[in-house]
Amino acid sequence: MLLLIPLLPFAGFLANASLGRRLPKAVSGTIACSAIGASFVVSVLSVTRLLAQPVEARAIAQDVFTWISAGRVDVAFGLRLDPLSALMILVVTGIGSLIHVYSTAYMHEESDPEYARYFSYLNLFAAFMLVLVLGSNFLVLFVGWEGVGLCSYLLIGFWYRKPSAADAGKKAFVVNRIGDFAFILGMLLVFATFGTLEFQAVAEQVARLAPETVFGTLSLITLLLFIGATGKSAQIPLFVWLPDAMEGPTPVSALIHAATMVTAGVYMIGRNAVLFSHAPDTLAIIALVGVATALVAGTIGLVQTDIKRVLAYSTVSQLGYMFLAMGVGAWGAGVFHLYTHAFFKALMFLGSGAVIHALHGEQDLRRMGGLKHDLPVTYWTFLIGALAIAGVPGLAGFFSKDEILFRTFTSGHTLLWVVGVLTALLTATYMFRLVFLAFHGVRRGDGDHGHGLHDAPPAMAIALVVLAVGSVLAGYIGVPHALGGSNQLEQFLEPSFRAGAEAASHGETHASLAIEFGLMGASTLAAVAGIALAAFFFLRRPEAAAALSERFSGVYRLLLNKYYVDELYDAAVVQPIRRTSEGALWKGLDVRVIDGAVNGVGAGVFGAGSLLRRLQTGSVRAYGAGLMLGVVLVVGYYLW
Amino acid sequence: MTAMAPLEHYLILSAILFAIGAAGIFVRRNLITMLLAVEIMLNAVNLTFVAFGRALGAADGQIIVFFVMTVAAAEAAVGLAIVIALFRHRESLHPEAFTTLRG
Amino acid sequence: MLFYLFGAIAVAASLLVIAQPNPVYSVLLLIASFGALSGLYVLLDAPFVAAIQIIIYAGAIMVLFLFVVMLLHATKEEPEGVPAEAGSPLVLPARGAVRLGAWLAVALGIEFVWALASARESGDFAGGSVSSVSALGRLLFTEYAFAFEVTSILILVAMVGAVVLARREDPPDAGGAATEEGAR
Repeated sequence: MLLLIPLLPFAGFLANASLGRRLPKAVSGTIACSAIGASFVVSVLSVTRLLAQPVEARAIAQDVFTWISAGRVDVAFGLRLDPLSALMILVVTGIGSLIHVYSTAYMHEESDPEYARYFSYLNLFAAFMLVLVLGSNFLVLFVGWEGVGLCSYLLIGFWYRKPSAADAGKKAFVVNRIGDFAFILGMLLVFATFGTLEFQAVAEQVARLAPETVFGTLSLITLLLFIGATGKSAQIPLFVWLPDAMEGPTPVSALIHAATMVTAGVYMIGRNAVLFSHAPDTLAIIALVGVATALVAGTIGLVQTDIKRVLAYSTVSQLGYMFLAMGVGAWGAGVFHLYTHAFFKALMFLGSGAVIHALHGEQDLRRMGGLKHDLPVTYWTFLIGALAIAGVPGLAGFFSKDEILFRTFTSGHTLLWVVGVLTALLTATYMFRLVFLAFHGVRRGDGDHGHGLHDAPPAMAIALVVLAVGSVLAGYIGVPHALGGSNQLEQFLEPSFRAGAEAASHGETHASLAIEFGLMGASTLAAVAGIALAAFFFLRRPEAAAALSERFSGVYRLLLNKYYVDELYDAAVVQPIRRTSEGALWKGLDVRVIDGAVNGVGAGVFGAGSLLRRLQTGSVRAYGAGLMLGVVLVVGYYLW
Repeated sequence: MTAMAPLEHYLILSAILFAIGAAGIFVRRNLITMLLAVEIMLNAVNLTFVAFGRALGAADGQIIVFFVMTVAAAEAAVGLAIVIALFRHRESLHPEAFTTLRG
Repeated sequence: MLFYLFGAIAVAASLLVIAQPNPVYSVLLLIASFGALSGLYVLLDAPFVAAIQIIIYAGAIMVLFLFVVMLLHATKEEPEGVPAEAGSPLVLPARGAVRLGAWLAVALGIEFVWALASARESGDFAGGSVSSVSALGRLLFTEYAFAFEVTSILILVAMVGAVVLARREDPPDAGGAATEEGAR
């Protein structure tokens, strides 16, 4: 039955890919939505079945077929449902279904074939993502990993006739590939070291080892895998593709670049928690990279003018938080944040989509304003999402972000905690800057294109509302003890983070209630302060913001241009490669050597031919002379 | 009967005649006389056959000469017919006049 | 002895055939050479061959050659200069090749003679002679019967070929009228 979960959306893909061109929009849309919806139902049933089992044996496995069986390599196409993947499939299929429904309205202006193409890609993506999270070994995960990368490329470049979109798709794919290269090396090393690619088997072997004290094989393996994760999950240094990915349709940004694909890196680390926990050097790197990314992305997001770019950098930043959690060993907290983030980030992307849709394609914040009156549903749902991401107590984001910061502090990483809190402040600030600029104040752009603005149509609104509810309630499965809850999510996920034979570790670290409340207070303060800052600069005194950017124009430009990272990469990597390819490889090798050889052979034959041609004198007697020469030689040889 | 000359002498004579015929093809500049040179060569070969036939006491040598002569006759007929046709074409019997299959 | 006499005549005549310019004389000299050869055949106890050498070779083939020489008025040797396509870069090497060919023929002859001369003297003709025509005939129609039949077809083909090749091409109207007449 597990196979159905990815198989249903895959069937949807096949149907729309082959027949979609001739189907009306209603039909192709229905096919796609039913496929993912059915997958959601099966997921729920599977998880129910899982929950019915005792905690110690919470796993459902299914080997679909033996994939590779050659010598030492024995890999099956195996699927395994355990607590971690259970959470993932619910997120993917649940939020995925909502986004599919939303898309039916958002993409309505496309032609029938394009509409079907969109939905076929979307279904395919879901299928691959589900394969990724259900895989029981590295190889199956990698199939999903590559597959979602492919779909990301296809969907980012959906409007491929637009050069910027096509370029963005390529950029995403190429940057991902760099990470994938490291990932493959990591996989090979895993196989070389452990003789198997199965997650369970690897974990059991690693559990018997002691954590490394110096940078050894385990650290190398985990570092390579992490580099792969930086590509897929847009961390430093491979995050540059995510902002450009906003060229794709907004639902795509919501699904792929907020809720699911970019979380694959986090998931992968969680899946290999035992392995990573034995490589403290790598974990330190992960935590550092995570928090640095969170901070840097937050600063960039503060000054961006495109509504989607702000959200994109916000995603990069929140992913940084997740990696920070993984880096300090708080696997459950990282996954918790993944789960809550999926809700409110998808919500905000879809909300921005509604705004763009209403404004007929306008995405520049400087030309928005005062939309809260015209788009009430959009406004209120968006606001909930913003409050959630800022970490305002009571909403989902508070619980997950706070958990991360708590675990960071109590594991001794005080400096990282400080940066984390600072980033929380930034998060609240840039997010509410967006809210105030877009929805409050007075409309700044050109007139309303003639007719009044219409709020989200039903298909879109329903997704917004459901996600808003989720953004509020989703966190309540992870209420910490300090506030009277029992942190059910952490307990639920815990078996996934240890090898089967290990005894259950004893829950969360204990800190005094005072510290816990103190930390909670700090993060809440950061959130509120951020909102207040944003209110001051963008609600009360917008001129102050402009004045500030004037005074610190250097810094401002640095942030606006994303620290010139793209330019740096271009100069350091892209141009040298291009020049080498063009100059040396193309002109030198291909043209001169290869073409030269081939043409040279032809020219050589031609030249030899024109020389030999001279023998054809046309004179019979000359031919006879040649004959005589041969006769003399042969006879001479025999008579000798 | 006078004593016969040794076999080698016949063969040497035959070789000389053959060489003369072969040289004649290159020396002569008239198609017809070139054919004559070919006939010389054929005769030299005939002489060899008969000599060997006699040396081995078999009549096969003479039989073969019989056939050689027949074929030589046929070849001379056809060859001369070709020469006539060529002459009609070019009004010349010079072998170098027929070099169009060149290059 | 007779052998050396006939041999000398044959060689001298053949040399003159290729040496002297007039084609008519060449033909006649060749007839003389054939005569000498015929004598050699007699010395080799092959009277039948000697006879047909005269009858067929000297009598028929050489006469044919003579006819053709007369028909084409080929009484003069052509000069060395190539008639038409002069100035072609291929002609000069051809001339060199031709001269080379002649020398190569000489070399061949020397090769043979040298080889024969340095072979051990097997000397005399062993074995008897088979000179009777009936013996030859028997051999011809038993062992060589197939070759005999095929040769007759060969002659037929050669005849037809010679006729076709040497045929003068008909001028259009006369030929057209003729064939129309023939068809009707």
